[in-house]
Amino acid sequence: MSTQEIQIPLPREITTEPRRSDKVFRGVVTIGGLSSLVLLGLIALFLGYRGFEILRQEGIGFITHSDWSIATDDAGNVIDSHFGLAAMLVGTILCSLIAVVIALPISVFSALFLNFYAPGWLKKFLITIIDMMAAFPSILFGIWGFLVLMPSIEYWAKLLHRYLGFIPIFDMQVPVFTRSPFVAGVVLAIMIIPIITSVSREIFSQAPLDRIQAAYALGATRWAMIKAVVIPHGRSGVIGGAMLGLGRAMGETVAVFTVLNIVFQINWQMLLGAGGNVASLIILKFGDASPYEIKALMAAGLVLFLLTLVVNGFANLIVKTTGKSGR
Amino acid sequence: MSSVVTAIPTKPWKASKRERAIDLSVFITALVTSYVFVGISAMKGKLAYFAIFFLAYALFTSIFKARQRGSAAAKDAFINSLVAIGAIVTVIPVFSILVTVLHKGLPGISFGLFTHDMALATPTDPLNNGGLLHAITGTLTLVCIALVLSVPIAILTALYLTEIKGRLSGPIRFLVQAMSGVPSIVAGLFILSAILYPITKAYSGLMGALALTILMIPTIARTSEEVLNLIPNELREAGTALGGTQWRTVAMIVLPAAKSGLITAIILGVARIAGETAPILLLTGGGDRVNPNAFNGPMGSLPYYIWKSFNAGSPEAITRAWAGLLVLIGLVLILFTFARLLGSRKASK
Repeated sequence: MSTQEIQIPLPREITTEPRRSDKVFRGVVTIGGLSSLVLLGLIALFLGYRGFEILRQEGIGFITHSDWSIATDDAGNVIDSHFGLAAMLVGTILCSLIAVVIALPISVFSALFLNFYAPGWLKKFLITIIDMMAAFPSILFGIWGFLVLMPSIEYWAKLLHRYLGFIPIFDMQVPVFTRSPFVAGVVLAIMIIPIITSVSREIFSQAPLDRIQAAYALGATRWAMIKAVVIPHGRSGVIGGAMLGLGRAMGETVAVFTVLNIVFQINWQMLLGAGGNVASLIILKFGDASPYEIKALMAAGLVLFLLTLVVNGFANLIVKTTGKSGR
Repeated sequence: MSSVVTAIPTKPWKASKRERAIDLSVFITALVTSYVFVGISAMKGKLAYFAIFFLAYALFTSIFKARQRGSAAAKDAFINSLVAIGAIVTVIPVFSILVTVLHKGLPGISFGLFTHDMALATPTDPLNNGGLLHAITGTLTLVCIALVLSVPIAILTALYLTEIKGRLSGPIRFLVQAMSGVPSIVAGLFILSAILYPITKAYSGLMGALALTILMIPTIARTSEEVLNLIPNELREAGTALGGTQWRTVAMIVLPAAKSGLITAIILGVARIAGETAPILLLTGGGDRVNPNAFNGPMGSLPYYIWKSFNAGSPEAITRAWAGLLVLIGLVLILFTFARLLGSRKASK
């Protein structure tokens, strides 16, 4: 009787070590994932590098002064130059604040309507319309704003000036209503309504259902329910959405350029046809800029980039933390 | 003998005839008020009718409710009307824009528009001279190059956030969101400073496409991330249980399952950049003839064509701009509808 050798398979080594294909996969995906970091870094680096000379020369004056002039001699050499963005920054902030002040109540109301008032079919339809609006190109808003909207906004601006002129921001010395920050603000407001609406809608739809039902069970009207449950839940998320809109409004270029008159003088009177905007300045000056002036425009781009980055960063943080804490 | 009493179903929540009559009368009173007010006061125009009508309607309904059911109901009715105003004000611009573009753009649309370029014409010429063939081909070229460059990067980013979930996924998600807020003009300036001035030193379609790539990546990445998150984990576990490596699981199970969602994401990205104007103005040089070579020579595109015609200012040029806008918005809406259809088919499964 021969003993048959039984081949006992050696126990395989159990390991969590990924195979080579997975290592490659993970490597490639990670590199792809890091691209956004790399791109953002490169943007800051290159704009800073190109604008460095101007930034060093102007120092803090680049954002506190408001004159933009270059003097050249006959050979085209730069003798003297002043670059200051103060008027443009004030204009950017003024226009986008007007936009947010107008857009915020409208967006919050329409988000409430979508979530708690509209019947199903209407809700679907409106959401499609609002998403579609977000996909409209900005040049369309610009040209439509200039040719169609501006006459009526000017008319309303005149009314505001006549009846509320005693408030400093509605006051003006020279009655020029065309291409004012107010017009730009209204156009921007229309452009950011879809963003604020969809963020608010998302936040409102996460309001806890049990508390909504509890409020109704206690006999609350719809508004009482919204005031007691939905608004406390969504307040900070709506603020985040408004800041996202603010960031978008600050970076908007073509739409603002078509409806705004750019003047290098700080102007807080929103109805007066003289404003400023960093992004529009770049488009305005780019066409016939000398290589030296281009550097100043790069520096302006850097300032705009950092400004929108900070605003957007804050906005995203706020929206993110609300989304989690709601439950 | 007892008669059987059957309860007649009532719908107490439905408005009675009296309530409907009140609603209607309030509506009519508000309408009349707005007419009278616009007639006698200094406020004029369609918007004035609209504003006064809604204010009056909100006021009258809340007064009625206050008399009927007290202050809580009055507040509720007031907010009801405010909320409806909000929704209406939100959609008015969309309809106004669509109607205006159709109304002003249609006279400028002709067959010749799609077969000629502007090489032998200026924007102020009569409308039957020249066309926007160069703009359409240019936009298509720009979009195709941007697609080829941005789709791999964007999908890899989304895969990193959903499949690998490494230590960096928090910061990267944050950065992608921050990137979607980068103003388009800054993307244009970046390409200008990093590539156009030091390396190529000439305007070309490629430069524009690179800037569009930067703007497109975050849109595609964020939508794809949402889509990939919806793929049930069981599928991934099944792939691993069958002995698949992570690479095989992702490539053969996760990505095919998410295919239509990913296509939606890409289409939305294209819709986002198709009308982007500011970087195009800085980088492409805006040629007037059909230029099939994206690497050499100025390249026209729809936004540039619209911009140039709009700035030329004569009635013909403005009509050209509207016609260009009509073509552009038609393109965007077609893309948008495709994205919607794909998205809804996915949701209904």
